[in-house]
Amino acid sequence: MSTRLVTFTLDGRLFGVEVNAVQEVLRGQPQTRIPLAPDSVSGLINLRGQVLSAVELRARLGLPDRDADHEPMLVVVRVAGETIALLVDSIGAVMDVDDDQFELPPDTLSGPSREFLHGAYKLDSQLLLALDVDRAVAA
Amino acid sequence: MDEIDEIVQEFLVESHENLDQLDRDLVALEREPGSRDLLGSIFRTIHTIKGTSGFLAFGQLESVTHVGENLLARLRDGKMSMSPQTTDVLLAMVDTVRDLLATIEQTGGEGDTDVSVVVGHITAILDGKAPEPVAAPAPEPVAEPVVDLVPEAPVVPALVPVAQAPVAAEPVVEHEDPVHRRTVADSSIRVDVDLLDTLMRLVGELVLTRNQIVRQAGDQQDVDLMRSSQRLNLIASELQEGVMKTRMQPIDNLWSKLPRVVRDLGANCGKQVSLTMVGKETELDRTLLEAVKDPLTHLVRNGVDHGLESPEDRVAAGKPAEGVLTLRAYHQGGQVVVEVSDDGAGIDSEKVAAKAVERGLRTQAQIAQMSPTDVLQLIFVPGFSTAAAVTNVSGRGVGMDVVKTNIEGIGGTIEVESVVGRGTTCRLRIPLTLAIVPALTVECAGDRYAIPQVSLLELVSLDADRAANAVEDINGASVYRLRGTLLPLVRLAEVLGVESDRSDGHVVIAVLQAEGKRFGLVIDRVLSTEEIVVKPLGSQMKAIGTYSGATILGDGRVALILDVQALARRVLNADALELDDTDDHDTRAVTAESLRLLVAGLGGGRKVAIPLSSVTRLENFDQSAVERIGNREVVQYRGGILPVVRLNNYYGAISDREGDELVVVIYTVGDRSVAIAVDEIVDIVDENTEFHAEVTDHGVLGSTLVRDRIVEVLDVRAAILSADPTFYTASDEFDAELQETM
Repeated sequence: MSTRLVTFTLDGRLFGVEVNAVQEVLRGQPQTRIPLAPDSVSGLINLRGQVLSAVELRARLGLPDRDADHEPMLVVVRVAGETIALLVDSIGAVMDVDDDQFELPPDTLSGPSREFLHGAYKLDSQLLLALDVDRAVAA
Repeated sequence: MDEIDEIVQEFLVESHENLDQLDRDLVALEREPGSRDLLGSIFRTIHTIKGTSGFLAFGQLESVTHVGENLLARLRDGKMSMSPQTTDVLLAMVDTVRDLLATIEQTGGEGDTDVSVVVGHITAILDGKAPEPVAAPAPEPVAEPVVDLVPEAPVVPALVPVAQAPVAAEPVVEHEDPVHRRTVADSSIRVDVDLLDTLMRLVGELVLTRNQIVRQAGDQQDVDLMRSSQRLNLIASELQEGVMKTRMQPIDNLWSKLPRVVRDLGANCGKQVSLTMVGKETELDRTLLEAVKDPLTHLVRNGVDHGLESPEDRVAAGKPAEGVLTLRAYHQGGQVVVEVSDDGAGIDSEKVAAKAVERGLRTQAQIAQMSPTDVLQLIFVPGFSTAAAVTNVSGRGVGMDVVKTNIEGIGGTIEVESVVGRGTTCRLRIPLTLAIVPALTVECAGDRYAIPQVSLLELVSLDADRAANAVEDINGASVYRLRGTLLPLVRLAEVLGVESDRSDGHVVIAVLQAEGKRFGLVIDRVLSTEEIVVKPLGSQMKAIGTYSGATILGDGRVALILDVQALARRVLNADALELDDTDDHDTRAVTAESLRLLVAGLGGGRKVAIPLSSVTRLENFDQSAVERIGNREVVQYRGGILPVVRLNNYYGAISDREGDELVVVIYTVGDRSVAIAVDEIVDIVDENTEFHAEVTDHGVLGSTLVRDRIVEVLDVRAAILSADPTFYTASDEFDAELQETM
């Protein structure tokens, strides 16, 4: 059995989300900030007439902020009937991974990164972290 | 078509649909003659038509369907079996029925259609006689053989579902527009609601794109582009209107259920009620219709249960025994107004006021400054119920406050009017549609926000000079004097926790109304008014509660829509609640009863007003007379010991007073007194106490205008408690403590 993932990077790490959950991938869009919103929601974007919340994955996963001059990429996902844009550093590829490469997050991992990960795929060159999108974007 | 009763029209649409089904069933029946299911289905259809036609007094139709039904019943019960003859007569019957329906549709009556031939044929079969053979065998139910059967029919019958052509060709029936007439069945179709919602959404997009193009075209000098964009503008507007209309339903869909509710309720309460409805045809967006269903039903129940009196009481009051409940709906200024009126006893605003005070919802002081109309609106405040006893009719946990919340939830408003002895009217104002709303776009800290027009009363712009004078500060809470009334101000930038970029001292105020209160929202700039399409916000943002949605502006950027109701609750009620917690009704009652106020000056030019009724004396003490007991200051006065409250300390002000004299106000409650130290006594006034705004702060009961300046009214109780927590409990602890020290 293999799983098809869309991969992207965050702070030098490789992450993946299931391809079925991904609607599209696009370049940074102008955002409208939302005062009083939780930190991880960085703003609202207009995707062809649809208003989407943009979730800053770095903030969500407890990673340091992105450089101001680095334009984020958007991974638009559909979660529980809602369309949400995930802000990531860069887009990788669509990748097939074998289930026997999969391993649950190590017990030593704690905090948001454990909570929001399904686990990791041990690729030859590096680890591919499988993001639990439902949890990562849950309010 | 106007002359046709609505009920007949519905019957026609339904019957046409049923007949199409019948045709298919009959054809299928020929292939499997014994099918009970098919026979049952056909039987039911004919039975329905027969029943309704009898009810509507279409005798011919009834007689045809009656014999048809008999035949079908026998076939269904297996007493007869299908033969080509029976199929033929059944088809002939269906055609006759169709003709009759067409005639009814055209003329409103059955005309002189002769049904005796068909009836005769069917009766013959029922009697077991073979009827004269009907035309050639008809394997498919096409029109020809049937025409032969019923040559008397004035309309050429057609079995194909679309009956346009034959009707159009109808030469006999006279009508204003005989050529382009469509049958009822053809002029209406059933459309999936989801499809309509999708259409509505698309039109929303179009409106947004239109806004963008119109804006861009305005920036350019291209005349052709201008012209096209204007056309686009018009077409998009018309399309929007058209699509919105498809979602419109007459309010009668809702009202039609109410006569029964009123009847049952009247019988339950022993009241005689007649229900009149005006403006049944007024149309509303279907989602809104759904949303007002419960509130409206509740208002109607309330009207019968509480509004109308018993027949005896009514007769005693010189009114007819039968009460009248009136529902009225009409369009007004882009909104739909729905009124529920009764001619009952009315609501006594004084009783409402007393109740509100009793329940602790408002203070006597607040009531005193409200107009009777405003007092009536208190029935919508949570925790208020006018029914002395909870009846099983009303009082099911759905109070007027829920009605109000529901109505405000869809951007509507509710108000109540009443004349004692004459009746009560509840008036709902509901927007025509939820999806597209007119809004004001404003700027704050560089971001744009939309404020729905329904909450907006007016805009006030003050230049730096005027703002400096007109915007006054009460302990950090700003107010603006709008035509003599104090308008509490809320700074949007502060609410949102952002940095306003307006530094030139100009103040722009959007005067808003929500939850029955007015307040001014201070914004940086007003941009424009436009129609916005409301987009829902994601689940993460629902919890914030400050925004009711988002929209896309003309330039494609997203703007948040401010939830004015939530803002009002967040900013205004918080203060009111605070007040309730710290205050006692007795103290407030004093404020209202005694219109005279003692105005005292404090450090920093601040002025406070103290209700005069409890002030016993004004005294000057030497500073050296102040002694300390523990950490409290006291003075000896007329053989007693008074705690000293230094108002400057209480308000965190620094006294400007020099010298050794202490100016005190002796304030007495019961047998206990307190000395309130101030900087100076300014004045005693007994005017303008009706100006009482909801701007409150720590230790302030409210504010009033004295000689055109805003003066805070001291919350005496809280001030005294800060110096002596036991003052009002009259405990002996303090005395004991004093004696020990002495």
